[in-house]
Amino acid sequence: MFDAHTPLVRVRDLKMHFPIYSGLFRKRTGEVKAVDGVSFDVFEGETLGLVGESGCGKSTCGRAVLRLYDITEGEITIDGAEIGTKDQSDLRSMRPVMQMVFQDPQASLNPRMTVEAIIREPLDEHTTLSAAEKREKVLELMDAVGLNRAFAGRYPHAFSGGQRQRIGIARALALNPKFIVCDEPIAALDVSIQAQVVNLLEDLQEQFGLTYLFISHDLSMVRHIADRVAVMYLGKIVEIAPSDILYTAPKHPYTQALLSAVPEPDPSADARGERIVLQGDVPSPSNPPKGCNFCTRCPKVMDICKEVEPASVELAPGHVTACHLYQN
Amino acid sequence: MPDTVKPILSVEGLQTVFNTRKGEIHAVNHVDFDLRAGELLGVVGESGSGKSVTMMSLLKLLPMPPAEVRNGRAMFDGRDLLQLSDDELRTVRGGEIGFVFQDPMTSLNPVFTVGFQIMEPLRTHMGLSKRDAKKRAQELLELVGIPDAARRLDDYPHQFSGGMRQRVMIAIALACDPKVLIADEPTTALDVTIQAQILELMKDLRDRLGMAVIWITHDLGVIAGIADRVMVMYGGQVVEHAPVKELFRNPQHPYTKALLKTVPSLSGERAKRLTVIEGQPPILSSAPNACSFRDRCPHAMPRCGTENPARYGIGNGHDAACFLVEPEVAHV
Repeated sequence: MFDAHTPLVRVRDLKMHFPIYSGLFRKRTGEVKAVDGVSFDVFEGETLGLVGESGCGKSTCGRAVLRLYDITEGEITIDGAEIGTKDQSDLRSMRPVMQMVFQDPQASLNPRMTVEAIIREPLDEHTTLSAAEKREKVLELMDAVGLNRAFAGRYPHAFSGGQRQRIGIARALALNPKFIVCDEPIAALDVSIQAQVVNLLEDLQEQFGLTYLFISHDLSMVRHIADRVAVMYLGKIVEIAPSDILYTAPKHPYTQALLSAVPEPDPSADARGERIVLQGDVPSPSNPPKGCNFCTRCPKVMDICKEVEPASVELAPGHVTACHLYQN
Repeated sequence: MPDTVKPILSVEGLQTVFNTRKGEIHAVNHVDFDLRAGELLGVVGESGSGKSVTMMSLLKLLPMPPAEVRNGRAMFDGRDLLQLSDDELRTVRGGEIGFVFQDPMTSLNPVFTVGFQIMEPLRTHMGLSKRDAKKRAQELLELVGIPDAARRLDDYPHQFSGGMRQRVMIAIALACDPKVLIADEPTTALDVTIQAQILELMKDLRDRLGMAVIWITHDLGVIAGIADRVMVMYGGQVVEHAPVKELFRNPQHPYTKALLKTVPSLSGERAKRLTVIEGQPPILSSAPNACSFRDRCPHAMPRCGTENPARYGIGNGHDAACFLVEPEVAHV
């Protein structure tokens, strides 16, 4: 379905390791492998959902793709330009193409700037518009995200969580980006407000032809918004598939367990079959297990899982999983 | 469960007000509910709907001032909790009524071992000796499924993961065999796979120990899986109350209906757009004299702006605070 397009974002073997320093001389004693060899494509106009539990590296992955970190290893191509190894100063000219919506609308807006100043800031940095043109653009953006123009002079504290997230979205849209990383944009909001923000993101995608990487731990919301979904566990993508296939026929035991753990708002939902309750916790990313990362909690663990790391296998076009159950 | 079973906790007309510099905030308005022995009552609502404040008012866990419990009765075991002295209340808290808080990261004391924190209520409420308390603490940790319990008693909270810390919190709440356990969003800070573990644990514990549980959450999915009865709160009031199956099959209040529709499902047809509840939750600067949902309600009538609907029963233990379900007879 998407094969005809060229990917807008192409990530190959991305690694982001954070060093651990300890001891008297702050010697480097290890590293946290937050993202450890992740490859995926995002095609123009689609939404790729990235799901996983906290600490699995999904946010780090999103930030690394935009080069908010200096990555350890890997290739990142966005809109035809290789940005994996560029200097931060060279990246500035690329920034208008790729933007980000942050998780916490409370923390990501400067409390001492008015809404107008917040949304205008990217325009100040990257364009040569006159003051009047900028103001007009800011007001247009406020219309686009459903904020009342009359509130342009107010400060972030005067807004509710959902409205603040709209300000963050308007700021991300200011430079007409092609690609937006949404890092848990709805996690801090109430259910009834979440739906408003998700509908807004979908409307804007249609209107401006945006491409999203939508990071979330809310599996039911990702099912709604994403065309394809990637599941991360302990720094690696364990399964990636078109959303309909992933939710109806998950292959990786972790995806199966994750989906069965989501409580359904239906008391007669026992029909879904036996719930898989995983034992134990996620291992530390500074000391991942040998072999498959999931072998310590996997209900279908085999001997080989504890020795050899499974390679990614394409089970069907676009459906890739890394599990020994499916290796030929 | 027959309605004739005597409730273990019975709350009537509870009203809690916060006195702030900008005036009063009416967080809880005339909340009535019963809790029967052995049942699990789910309380759902968005943030600011008053669900946590309701439960914390009962045990005076709110800072007073600014909080003030203005009216109401909470009968527990033949006594009114709201009239008890601080000393009497201290024997109830953590003794007969256990409390599990939302955030397992901040509700354990980081400078004491987990064993000490579990033994503390055992020694103060039940007067156990240090050795007996330690034995009991170990049993409790085993009960909530912490492996290698004997050794882990000497560990500090930072040595436990989030899910394990929440298990420790549950162990502390269960220490003195409470008759009622109040769990305030116990799984909200946890991942889904860990949440599934805690939900299984709670179901199992309730069957084994037979206590009554009040489970506060904003997640309708959690409620559907675990509760016997559900109370939906909005704007500091109970807007709907029903047995769990009845509520999900036959919701009556427009807020409950809308809430059920906004949550996307994991299976079935994918909706083109999500249903939204337009507008914002109300700010409760005065006691309600009109329906608090009227500004966001698709069925709002002129009457909704002048009169606060009472909770009208519609049978099967189901009631809703909406003029749409008002029985015709009441008009005559």
